[in-house]
Amino acid sequence: MPEIHFILNHENRAVRVEPNETLLEVLREKLGVKSPKCGCDRGDCGACNVLLNGSSVRSCLIMAIEVDGQEIVTVEGISKDGLSKVQEAMIDNNAFQCGFCAPGVIISATELLNKNQHPTMDEIKEALSGNLCRCTGYLPILESIQKATKE
Amino acid sequence: MIIKDFKYIKPPNITEAVELLSTFSNNARILAGGTDLVVQMKENIQEPDAVIDIKGIEELHEILFEDNMLFIGACVTFSELIESEIIKKYFPLIKEMSETVASVGIRNRATLIGNICSAVPSADSAPILLVYNADIIAKSSSEERIIPIHDWFTGPKKTILRPDELVTSIAIRLPNKKHAGCYEKLGRYSGEDIAQAGVCILVFEDLHYNVAFCAVGPVPKRAYAVEKFLTGKNISEKIIEEATQYLLKEISPISDIRATVEYRTHMMCVMFERGLKKVVSRLHGGGNA
Repeated sequence: MPEIHFILNHENRAVRVEPNETLLEVLREKLGVKSPKCGCDRGDCGACNVLLNGSSVRSCLIMAIEVDGQEIVTVEGISKDGLSKVQEAMIDNNAFQCGFCAPGVIISATELLNKNQHPTMDEIKEALSGNLCRCTGYLPILESIQKATKE
Repeated sequence: MIIKDFKYIKPPNITEAVELLSTFSNNARILAGGTDLVVQMKENIQEPDAVIDIKGIEELHEILFEDNMLFIGACVTFSELIESEIIKKYFPLIKEMSETVASVGIRNRATLIGNICSAVPSADSAPILLVYNADIIAKSSSEERIIPIHDWFTGPKKTILRPDELVTSIAIRLPNKKHAGCYEKLGRYSGEDIAQAGVCILVFEDLHYNVAFCAVGPVPKRAYAVEKFLTGKNISEKIIEEATQYLLKEISPISDIRATVEYRTHMMCVMFERGLKKVVSRLHGGGNA
């Protein structure tokens, strides 16, 4: 089984993987990183989003072996030194109910705010258009992101 | 979960990549973004013996513009196209199209060349490449072929590419006449939805029109009868109405889970009219695609 080396949440990690294991499976089952969720397992729902070299990607559509030498950040990495502004805003705003989509949403929001500190509501909606949420109707999520940019 | 085992190989250059394709004959698949391939492997639609990851080949990541020719490498993602200064300046239509593809998390991985290699009838990239008369550059261990986009699509999810060939890049010549374009896409919502119908129009200042569509026939294609009718004509309500009759003869939409044939047909006419008005306005300075 080939061994891959990559940076996971700011730490160097090495793990043996089979080529047919997805990044999502390896993160959750071999490395114990549980924030990315398996929703649709085909790239439609965004629940498995992680940051790959700073860009949001679907970890269910990436083979773990592809991230050899790359950098992955999950919600565990984002909140390593305490919750981020956007996470705080989401709590204050009751943005989630069941929370299953939350890690993917936080990844998309984090990528957006890293690239654009003052997005318009349209830009927020576009950035979040690949994240499905079945509880909230989206409004409190979008408002939280807007709130986080204003503080 | 991907059930079947396979070999994963990441060649450092094109020569090794095409040699691998020959070695595995029909049983290797090229991996760039993986947004189509990995789904198909999970659903056992594709069961390759080997997956050849071409992301380690540096030259395939390039967007080049030389002597009025644009080259887009096989590993260039839709996000990279959207952010490229070259694309923004010379080919805003490619940017406009790229922004309609799925959502950020997919665009960060999915490639334009992957889109046309998957060759689904709804491929957003196809109508744009068709109106620009793009060339597809394919390499095998024995030769390099330059395939006009008009010969590329041979059926739903089928192309003229041979199993021993790798598409390395796409070449598009910047038209030397003043021109403007637009891409109109029908989806249920912005996000993951694929086109239910799409039409792309490129107009030149000497009143030539290039028109192509996707998702309303087995393959994306140019609407030559429409183009011929429109040549030399200024757009008016009457001309649009007549041109629409030609358009209806060239499309052959089907009913499926996403839309009915009646809805697709109706919307194509609406989008065609909208698109024609938009390109003419853009040609005269209103907007930049």
